[in-house]
Amino acid sequence: MRNLIAFPLLLLAVILQSSVISQIKLISGSADLLLVILAAWTLQENVKTAWHWAAIACLLTSFVSRLPWFAFALGYVTVVYLAQALQRRVWQAPLLAMFSVTFAGTLALHLISFVVLRLSGAPLAFNDAFGLITLPSLLLNMLLAIPVYTFIRDLARWVNPPEE
Amino acid sequence: MNPRSLQTTIIFLVVGGILILALGGFFGSASQRLDLGLIQLQTWFASRFQGMQDFFTAPRDIISLRARNAELEAQVSQLQTQVIELQQRVNETEILAALVDFSRTNPESAYKAAAVIGRDPSPFLHYIIINRGSNDNIRRGMPVVTNQGLVGRVDAVIADAARVQLITDPASNVNVYLQNAEVSAVLLGSAGNAASLDMIPQNAVVKPGDIILTSGLGGGYPPDLIVGQVVTLRTLEFELFQQATVQSAVDFSRLDIVLVITNFRPVDIAPLEP
Repeated sequence: MRNLIAFPLLLLAVILQSSVISQIKLISGSADLLLVILAAWTLQENVKTAWHWAAIACLLTSFVSRLPWFAFALGYVTVVYLAQALQRRVWQAPLLAMFSVTFAGTLALHLISFVVLRLSGAPLAFNDAFGLITLPSLLLNMLLAIPVYTFIRDLARWVNPPEE
Repeated sequence: MNPRSLQTTIIFLVVGGILILALGGFFGSASQRLDLGLIQLQTWFASRFQGMQDFFTAPRDIISLRARNAELEAQVSQLQTQVIELQQRVNETEILAALVDFSRTNPESAYKAAAVIGRDPSPFLHYIIINRGSNDNIRRGMPVVTNQGLVGRVDAVIADAARVQLITDPASNVNVYLQNAEVSAVLLGSAGNAASLDMIPQNAVVKPGDIILTSGLGGGYPPDLIVGQVVTLRTLEFELFQQATVQSAVDFSRLDIVLVITNFRPVDIAPLEP
């Protein structure tokens, strides 16, 4: 039942992303709160609803963004997949895993967005997109990773209390 | 005169004389040293007295002062909140006044004011979300402006909100007209926040500072809306057209309230294109 927290939490995250975080720019890049939340949630122990969270995040973000829904779907699925793969390998260093997933997930989502936009006819230059958008966004996502991870860890313990 | 009263008179005269001489400054350094000593002594007594007075009266004062301080701090924070709220209202009023001025000076168009409530989550796209939708007769393709100039056009509409594509969006292109050079060009968005001009004829004489207006060609935007001005021009002999960088008239990072031109219907010329 507590898993239903995903709906209000992700809805709030989309609202925050659209109204606040998207306005905080570094050059032309901005942080992606939903991506960081997804990465942090998937990396928690005993979490079995990561794919559901990815689907809800994709649905809600697509409603606000002009970017096609499948771009977000591909990006968020990649993040969840990466997080699950890394969780099994570096489970003893959760922050390292968090940074790795955030880094790789941001690159993946931006690459997918770039390809989708180029295919839809937007004349984006790769160097501009990488230098002005992706690199600054990477830095901002990394900065966001620590507080979000801490918050999500506490939330995960509330949703899935450890068995004694 | 008896000897006692004579003695008293003499003492008075001597003391009075010394006093007059001292006041006249005839004792100089001696009187200064005396003054300094007296002042130091008085200071010592005064400070000790002050300390004792504080010691005996402080507990009562501290309690009342703390209460008063808390009360004043609460008042200060309340007033600060009021100041922020009022400042916000002043800013909104200034923006609205400017927009009203703009709509009065351009009476040929009908406007609907809307507040900017969000931006596209993807940093690759330059879109804003406004709090007016189909319930307010906002339709797809309607141009969006501020008193400074052209912002973009409505891209998608729901009942109470709409998404607006900014002219800086990478997929945006606007047919424009260079006022001084009297030539047409195309304004293109980019990945960054800057827009650029392309398709400027090679023989056109364009200078930095030239005003850029919408031309109305293509039917996507009404003519004569201010877009920005030319910053730098790039001319290469082997290219067909000149290019220019553009300083947009609108500060897109500080968009709070915009105007949607509701009586403009865009013309879809796609079926006519080869």
